[in-house]
Amino acid sequence: MMLDRTSNRWRLDEGMIEALEIGSGILGTGGGGNPYVGKLRARQALREGYTMEIMPLTDLPDDAKVVSLGGIGAPLVSHERIKEGREGLRCVRALEERLGIKVDAIACEEIGGQNSMEPLITAAMAGLPVVDCDGMGRAFPEMQMTTYSIYGHRSTPSVMCDPHGNVVIFDHAISEVWHERMARACVVAQGGASTLASAPMSGEFVKQFAIPDSYTKAISLGNAVLGARKANRDPVEAVCANEGGKVVFRGKITDLKRQLAGGFVRGEAIIQGFEAYEGDEAAVHIQNEFLIFSRNGTVEVIVPDLIVILDADSGAAITTEMLRYGQRVAVLAIPCHPLLRSPEALEVVGPKGFGFKDVVFKPMSTEQEA
Amino acid sequence: MYRLGIDVGGTNTDAVVMQGRTVLAGVKASTTEDVTSGVLEAMEAAISKAGVDRAKITNVMIGTTHFTNAVIERKHINPVAAIRLGLPATACLPPMVDWPNDLREAAGGHGYLVRGGYEFDGREIAPLDLDEIDRIADDLAAKRIEAAAITSVFGPINAEMEKAARERLLRKRPDISVVLSSDIGRIGLLERESAAIMNASLLALSDRTVEAFAKALQSAGLDCPFFITQNDGTLMGAETVKKFPVLTFASGPTNSMRGAAFLTGVRDGIVVDIGGTTTDIGSLQHGFPRQAATVVDIGGVRTNFRMPDVFSIGLGGGSLVRRKSDGQVAVGPQSVGYRITKEALVFGGDTLTATDIAVASGSAQVGSADAVRSLDPALLQAAQAEIAAMLERAVERTRLSPEPVPVIAVGGGSILMPDQLGDLKVIRPENFAVANAVGAAIAQISGEVDRIFSLENGLTRDICLKQAEDEAREKAIRSGADAATIETIEREDVPLAYLPGNATRIHVKVVGEMGGYDA
Repeated sequence: MMLDRTSNRWRLDEGMIEALEIGSGILGTGGGGNPYVGKLRARQALREGYTMEIMPLTDLPDDAKVVSLGGIGAPLVSHERIKEGREGLRCVRALEERLGIKVDAIACEEIGGQNSMEPLITAAMAGLPVVDCDGMGRAFPEMQMTTYSIYGHRSTPSVMCDPHGNVVIFDHAISEVWHERMARACVVAQGGASTLASAPMSGEFVKQFAIPDSYTKAISLGNAVLGARKANRDPVEAVCANEGGKVVFRGKITDLKRQLAGGFVRGEAIIQGFEAYEGDEAAVHIQNEFLIFSRNGTVEVIVPDLIVILDADSGAAITTEMLRYGQRVAVLAIPCHPLLRSPEALEVVGPKGFGFKDVVFKPMSTEQEA
Repeated sequence: MYRLGIDVGGTNTDAVVMQGRTVLAGVKASTTEDVTSGVLEAMEAAISKAGVDRAKITNVMIGTTHFTNAVIERKHINPVAAIRLGLPATACLPPMVDWPNDLREAAGGHGYLVRGGYEFDGREIAPLDLDEIDRIADDLAAKRIEAAAITSVFGPINAEMEKAARERLLRKRPDISVVLSSDIGRIGLLERESAAIMNASLLALSDRTVEAFAKALQSAGLDCPFFITQNDGTLMGAETVKKFPVLTFASGPTNSMRGAAFLTGVRDGIVVDIGGTTTDIGSLQHGFPRQAATVVDIGGVRTNFRMPDVFSIGLGGGSLVRRKSDGQVAVGPQSVGYRITKEALVFGGDTLTATDIAVASGSAQVGSADAVRSLDPALLQAAQAEIAAMLERAVERTRLSPEPVPVIAVGGGSILMPDQLGDLKVIRPENFAVANAVGAAIAQISGEVDRIFSLENGLTRDICLKQAEDEAREKAIRSGADAATIETIEREDVPLAYLPGNATRIHVKVVGEMGGYDA
C-alpha cells in the first residue's frame, strides 16, 4: 500500500497540544482521565524533535492497516506511576511482528480525556501519521464501547505493554466483552496503567465506521475556549457554538452523592438553577462519566449524547471527581455522532448499556432555549 | 499574660497584642527587605500602644508570606538534587518538566532518575539502585549541591524506599539536607515531587529566616516560644518550619480569614480582604477557610497542597481609575501599590485611585478630601458602581448557598466596600485592618495522623479511627495544645481497593487552643 505524500496532512505544534488538552477534557464528559500528564509527554516528544502528523480520514487508502490504541487502567495510577514512555511503540512493534505486517497509520480509541494524547506520542515515535478520527467522539469507560467494536471489528489479536517491558498478546477473545474483561485483569497485574493496541483495521472500515475529524474538532474546541477567555467572552457559549450544543442549565451544586461500586464511580449531582433557570432543579447521573440529565424530574439528555459540566465562569471542564458542593456550573448538551445512535450502538452505549433499565434513549432536542 | 500576633505580608507587616479574646492594640508597619526590622518595628509599636509589660507576653505567632514570595520572585532559591525513584517507569517526564524555565534554572535543574519505587499494591517497581545513589552523592559533591529532594513512586503508600535512599545519600554526604516527598504531599507524582523540590530549595532561606525571627524576638527582650502559622491556620514550632517552609505557602489568606471569623464571631460567611493592589475572596465554613479541591499553582508550578479556596481580583485601595476610550470607567487591575501615600490625589499626588473615589463619596476619611472635591460627579458615580459590581460578582462566585450569609470586609483597602452587596449585609469588624495578625495570634495547635491501617485480626474501622484520633491528640498536646480544648476537625477513611489485608487510609486531624490561652 502507498500513502500519498502530497496529501492534506498537517503537523501538530505545542499550541495545538495545549488546545487539545482543553478540548479533550471537555469531550471527556466528566471522565476519561485528566489529559495533563499526556499533554506533558506529547510536548516533551515535540521538544525532543519528533513530528506529529494528522492525516484526514478521507485521505486514508482502503487497504491501509490502521491500529487504534490507548491507555487502559486507573487514572489515579497514571498520575503517580507515570509511563516509561515507549509502551505504545512496543505495542505496535509486537503487533507487527505477531501478524507479519507493517502498520500504516495510528488511530485514536477515545478522544475524550487522557486517551487523546497516547496515539500522537506513539505515532510520532513510530514515524506514522495519526488518522483524524476516534472510536467514541467522547469518553466511555470500556473498550467494547467504540464504534470500531460496535460495527464489527474484532480487537484481537491485541497487545498490552507496561513500563517494565512486559508484552502480553491477547491472541483471541470470543467477544469484545471478553477482551475487555481479560485486559482489565491483566492491567492490574501490570501495575494498573498500561497501553493497549488492538488488531489492525482496514482503511475502508475506518473511513466508514470511525467518528470523523476528532482531532480537528477537539483542537478547535480548545482554541474556542482559549480565544473566548482572551477576549473576555463567555467560554461556555464558545463551546456551544463550536459543537452545535446548547446550555441546558446553569446553577449551583447543592447535593452530591458519589460512591465506588465495581471499580466505577457512581452517583448523582443535584443542581439548583440560577439566572434564567431560577427555581428549577436539575440532576445529573454519574457513572464515571455524566450519563443522564434531568430537569425537575423529567429526563432530557441521555447517553450517548454528550453531557458536559463546565465552570460557569472560566469554562473549564469539571470532571466527576472535581465536583463539589457550591460549585457554580453550566450544563451543556451536545448531540453525539449519528454512528452512536443506531440500534446496535445503543445496545452498547445507550442507557441500557449502563444498566438504566427504565430509560429509553431519545435524541436530545436541539432547539435553543429562550 | 498576653500573646503577640504578627503578619508579614508583601507590603505591610502588622502586629497585634491580645489578651484572651480581646485585641489590646493593632498596628501596621512597612515590610522591609530584611523582614526582621519591619517585624521589630511593628512589634515594638504594638507593645507600646498596648502599654503592656513585655515580660508577660507568653507566646508569639508569626504568619509570613516570605517563602511564597521567594518562589514567586525567584529569590533565595538554592540548587536542589531532585532524585526520583521509579525507573523504568516515569522515564518520559523528568523532574521539573512542567516548571517555568526561570524557576527551574534557579533550582539548578538537577534531575536524577533511579531504579526503584512501588506499584499501587506495594510491590516494588524495581529494587532500589543503591550504587546509583552513591554516584549521585559524588555528583552532588562535585556540583556543590547542598540539598536533595527524594520522591518515590507511590511514596505516600510506603515511605521505606525514600528513607533508605536518604540514609544511603547521607552516608557519603552527611551534611546535606534531604527532603522526602512522603512528608510533604499526596498521590500525584509530579505535584508532590515539585513541592518537595521547592521545599528543599527553600531550606537555607527558612533556616536564616527562622533564626532572624528568633534573634529579633530576643533583642526585643521576648524569650518566649514562637510559632509560625501554616496553610490550614494552625501553628508549627520554629524547628518544624525550618524543615518544611512550603507548609506556610497559603498562610496569608488563611490568617486573614481566621482573623475575620474571630473578630466577628461569624462561622459561616464570606471574607473579602481588600489590600492595596488585589482583593482576596474566600468562604468560611464552621470558622475555617473552605479548602480548594483542585491543584494549586504556586509561582507557575502545580502542587497538591491543601490550600484555602481563595481567589483574587485586581481591585485594591491603590487601583487606578480611568475612563476608557468607549466612555466606560475602568478600575484596576493596575495599581500604584505602596506608592499610594505619594501618588493618590488625596495624598497630594496626581493619580486618580480607588481610595480617592472612596474619599470623594464620603465613605472614607483619609488624606485631604479637598483634593477630590472637584471630581466629575458622573465619573465618581460610575467608578463607585464599577467597584461595587466587581465586589458583588466576586462574592457571588464564592457564595455557597442562597442563605443570606454575612460578608466580612477586612484589610487596609476595605474602605472601598459598600455597606450592602446585593442581598448580603457587610460587616466591618473593629481592627479590620489587622485581621491577618489577629488570625496569627489566635492560631491553634494541630495534631495529624495520615496512615494506612490494616483492618485485620479483629481491628475494626471504629477501633482504628479511635486509635488514630488518640495519636493525633497526643501529638497536639506534645506540641503545646491545651487538652481540654482539643476537637477533631477532619476524619476520613478511604478503603484502598486492590491492596491486600483490607487496607484503609485513615486521616485524622485535631486542633486545640495553645496552652495558657485564657490565662
